[in-house]
Amino acid sequence: MWFRSTKTPRAPRDPRTSASLGEGLFLKCDGCRETLYVKEVERNLRVCPKCGYHFRMPIEERFRMLFDEGEFTPLFQDVRPSDPLKFKDSKKYKDRLKESETRAGRPDAALAARGKLDGIGVLIAGLDYNFMGGSMGSVVGEILARGAETAVKERLPYIVITASGGARMQEGILSLMQMAKVSMALTRLGEARIPYLTLLTDPTTGGVTASFAMLGDITLAEPKALIGFAGPRVIEQTIRQTLPEGFQRSEFLRDHGFVDLVVPRASQKPVFSNLIRLLFG
Amino acid sequence: MASHADLEEPLRRLRTRLAELESFPESPARNRDIQKLTEKLRRLTREIYQNLGPWQKTLVARHPLRPYTLDYARLLLRDFVEIQGDRAFADDPALVAGFGFLSDRPVAFIGHQKGRDTKEKIRRNFGMARPEGYRKALRVMKLAEKFGRPVITLIDTPGAYPGLDSEERGVSEAIARNLYEMSILKTPVLSVVIGEGGSGGALGIGVADVLAMLEHSVYSVISPEGCAAILWKDQARAQEAAEALRLTAGDCKALGVIDEIIAEPPGGAHSNPVEAIETVGRFLRSELEKLQKTGLEKLLAGRYAKFRRMGVFEGSPSSK
Ligand SMILES: [Zn+2]
Repeated sequence: MWFRSTKTPRAPRDPRTSASLGEGLFLKCDGCRETLYVKEVERNLRVCPKCGYHFRMPIEERFRMLFDEGEFTPLFQDVRPSDPLKFKDSKKYKDRLKESETRAGRPDAALAARGKLDGIGVLIAGLDYNFMGGSMGSVVGEILARGAETAVKERLPYIVITASGGARMQEGILSLMQMAKVSMALTRLGEARIPYLTLLTDPTTGGVTASFAMLGDITLAEPKALIGFAGPRVIEQTIRQTLPEGFQRSEFLRDHGFVDLVVPRASQKPVFSNLIRLLFG
Repeated sequence: MASHADLEEPLRRLRTRLAELESFPESPARNRDIQKLTEKLRRLTREIYQNLGPWQKTLVARHPLRPYTLDYARLLLRDFVEIQGDRAFADDPALVAGFGFLSDRPVAFIGHQKGRDTKEKIRRNFGMARPEGYRKALRVMKLAEKFGRPVITLIDTPGAYPGLDSEERGVSEAIARNLYEMSILKTPVLSVVIGEGGSGGALGIGVADVLAMLEHSVYSVISPEGCAAILWKDQARAQEAAEALRLTAGDCKALGVIDEIIAEPPGGAHSNPVEAIETVGRFLRSELEKLQKTGLEKLLAGRYAKFRRMGVFEGSPSSK
C-alpha cells in the first residue's frame, strides 16, 4: 500500500535524486517548464532560480548544507542490512541491496551524523530516497533509533530529514515494527526534554509518515513536497475521484494543521538554528 | 485458490453426503456409514487446517464468519460499556472501544470492528479506521492509564482507511501519536491479532507488552494483493506475495515479533466461534494476571526493550 516501486537501476537516472542533475548541460524545470542551466540549479541548492521549484536533493548534500562548513562525523556506519525473509520478487532482495549500495555508496537508506549547526551541537539523521526509495527496513529503523538514544546521551537536539516511500516490503513485518521501534526511541528524547525537529521532503509517505515523520516537536516541510499516508493513486482508486490540486502537498498539510512551517531550502538552516535556540539550552 | 469456499469445498461435499445419510431411515449400515463419514470429516478438517499455506491463512483470517471484536466483548466481558467519539471530530464505528469486566477485572477493551451484512460492513467501513478511530482509542487508553485499568486491544483490519478525508484529518499523525503514547502508557497493554493485521492501521493499536496472534490470523506490512500489484504489477499473484511476506503467526513468532500463538478450533475460529473466543479469554486472563504482578517500571522497561530489539541487521548490536 505504501511503497512506490523502485526499479533499479533507473535509466535514465532520475534527475531529481541522482548526485548530478543529469548528463546534459540543460534541464527542463518541473515547475515552470523553463530550460535551466544544470550548474546554475546545482549551485542554487537545486532550486529553480526562475520559479523556486525544489528539485530533490541527495541526503549528503543536505548534510553539507546544514552542518557548519559542511563538516560532520558520520555515525553507526557499521550497521548493515541482512535478508531475514530471504525475499525474492523479480530479483533477490540481497541483489537489490548490493546494487543499491554500489550506486548510493552506503549500505542502506539512512545516514546519521553529529556536528555543529550555527555553532550548536546537533545530531542529524536523514533518509536517502535514492536507496530503494528511502524505504524503512531494520537498518533504517536501527539508525534512527540509535540516533535518538545517542542524542539523549549526548544531550544534542535531534533533527530528522525524511524522504521515503514507507516501510520496506522486502523485510515484511519487521519493517512495520520499525515504526514502533523508532517512535519508542523518540519517547526517550521527549522525557529528556531534548528537541526533536523534522524536515519532511518530497516524497514522505506510508509508514515513515505514520511514525517518526509526524512526531516532531516542530515539523518543517519543503515547499510542495508530497506528504501522506497512502499514495495518491491508492486514494484515487479507493474513492474513485481525482484528487484536488495541491492535495497531500506541504502547504495542504500546513493548512490542515499537520505541518508548522513550509520552509524553502535556503532558509532551513537559519530556521533550525533559531528554533533550537528558542527551545533548548 | 481465489476464495475460502474453494478451501472448504471437500469439507462441504462431505457434509452434504452426511446430511443425505442422516435423512435415510436408521439401520446399522447407515449408522456405521455416518460414524465413518463423521470421522473422515473430522480427520479431513484437521488435515486441511493444519496444513494451511500463507495465502490460505489470509483467506481464513478474512473469513466472513470469523468472530469480530464485539463478539469477543459480548462473550468475554460483563457490563461492557462502549465509549464513543474522539472529542475532536467524530466517532469511528470501524474502531470500537470501551470498558468492561473480564471475569472480575475491569479492563479497557479496544478493537477494529468489521461488519457482517452489507449495511453493517459499510457502516464499519470494512474495519478500516479513520484518524478519529485512532484518537478515540488513545483517549480510552489514557482513561485506562488514569484509572489504573489494563488495556486489551484486538487487531482485525485490512489497514487504516486510505481516503481523502482520512488524509485531511491526519491519519498518519493519529497512528504515529498512538505508537508514541502506547510506548509509555503507564498501564499493562495486551494485544491479540484476531484476523487481519493490516500494516500501520493494525500497529496503531498494537504497541503492547504482550502481543499474540490467533493461529490462522495474519500480520503484514502490506496486503498480499498490494504487494503483488507493486512487485509484479499483477494482483493475481497475491498467493506468491503471501508466501514471500512471511505473514503467518508462525512466521511472526520466528521473527520475534509476537510472543504467543493462540490455537484455534480444528476447523478455524469461524467453525466454532464460542470455543475460539473462550480460548482467547483464557489467554487474556492468565497474561493479565502475570502483567499486573509486574511493577510499572519493569513493565515499561520491558516494553521498550521488546520493541527496541525488533529487526534483523548485521554489525554492532544496539547499545541497549
Ligand atoms: Zn522553475
